[in-house]
Amino acid sequence: MQTCFWQPLLLSFKLAAVTTALLLALGAPLAYWLALGKSRLRPLAHAVVSLPLVLPPTVLGFYLLVAMGPASPLGRWIETVFGLRLVFSFGGLVVGSVVYSLPFMVQPIETALASLPVSLAEASCILGKSRWQTFWRVQLPNIRPAVLAGIVLSFAHTVGEFGLVLMIGGAIPGRTRVASIAVFNEVEAMHYGAAGRYALVLLAVTFPVLAALEYYRRRCAQAPVL
Amino acid sequence: MLQARLKKRLHGSEDDIHLDVALDLEAGRITTLLGRSGSGKTTILRMLAGLTRPDAGRITGGGTVWFDPQDGIDVAPQSRRVGLVFQDFNLFPNMTVAGNLRYALRPDQDPRTVEEMLEATKLSRLAHRHPAALSGGQKQRVALARALVPEPRLLLLDEPLSALDEEARIELQEELLRLHERRGFTALLVSHDRAEISKLSTAVLTLRDGRLSP
Repeated sequence: MQTCFWQPLLLSFKLAAVTTALLLALGAPLAYWLALGKSRLRPLAHAVVSLPLVLPPTVLGFYLLVAMGPASPLGRWIETVFGLRLVFSFGGLVVGSVVYSLPFMVQPIETALASLPVSLAEASCILGKSRWQTFWRVQLPNIRPAVLAGIVLSFAHTVGEFGLVLMIGGAIPGRTRVASIAVFNEVEAMHYGAAGRYALVLLAVTFPVLAALEYYRRRCAQAPVL
Repeated sequence: MLQARLKKRLHGSEDDIHLDVALDLEAGRITTLLGRSGSGKTTILRMLAGLTRPDAGRITGGGTVWFDPQDGIDVAPQSRRVGLVFQDFNLFPNMTVAGNLRYALRPDQDPRTVEEMLEATKLSRLAHRHPAALSGGQKQRVALARALVPEPRLLLLDEPLSALDEEARIELQEELLRLHERRGFTALLVSHDRAEISKLSTAVLTLRDGRLSP
């Protein structure tokens, strides 16, 4: 009984941790390109990254379900090459969550990079450093609050997913039944006590993290940057 | 040491300026670039550093071609080995004073260069401070030290002392002279201050209507 109760919660936090790590690796370079790149495709790419903010999660989930399913060429290719079937699996949830939480990682980093003085990067470049060295050692460390905001918001947003997870993962206990779905299932079964316990754990974890982030951001805002 | 012919069209607040200048900087000398604000002095420095591309021209530094569009040559700023001291310092806020200097080391340089430079510029006791905890004069001294660490072939100074008060300005002028005496670098200084120009430089170039005259 105890294992059953904690399983969806552990799955939620595992999904959020894996998603956030992947988002940081993918989102930071993408944010750099969106903020400081020269391509004419940037407005289009920006719109694509922002889509999860306005599309209902079920719409996004539907497209991903169709794209990753065994009937689609992409789904078949992934299954043949990697031996992975993404729909109704943890891997599929990760792919969906990365897409769904992408703007929460990319947008704070992109905004902060765009507002960082260009002259800082120029000073680094004059000192013989490559764009990559400048990004990792000068630009990224100087927008730490934005990176932290991206990490926390992506994590919290992934923990709170419902529609998308239900569409592409179903609610398979131990595999794809995350805490937000467990709350829904318990309410459907009239188990308000269990639903309340899930809800309380989610609230107890996410609220202090968001509050701590806000305090940190205010402290950083008071400290002079240059 | 450096020969340059630079052409660039600048969009001014009233009229466009057609910059067309020829420069010949002698090795080991500090040359001053004088001119009204908005006349293109900073653009000249940026073109020499490789941060702004000239419309046409040619730059050779230390015997190698840095820029020649006819031969398709445009050496990246990273490879020109030019030092640039900005008016607003541009220290890296996430690094300490020593960290800023260490970051400037070339891969083949001895790390002890940082300690030596900190001592030479009397910054040793500030080595562990972050730029936010320094005064304007101290920040500019760090910026100067950082620019000199990788031993640049040419040091460009873009009104480095104009944001400082009188006392800090005089102190840093002397610092700059002392470092120049000891290291003998070639420098191009942008300045408005006549007293500063006569104190620091041996040659003056005046920029007027896009042309340079001695």
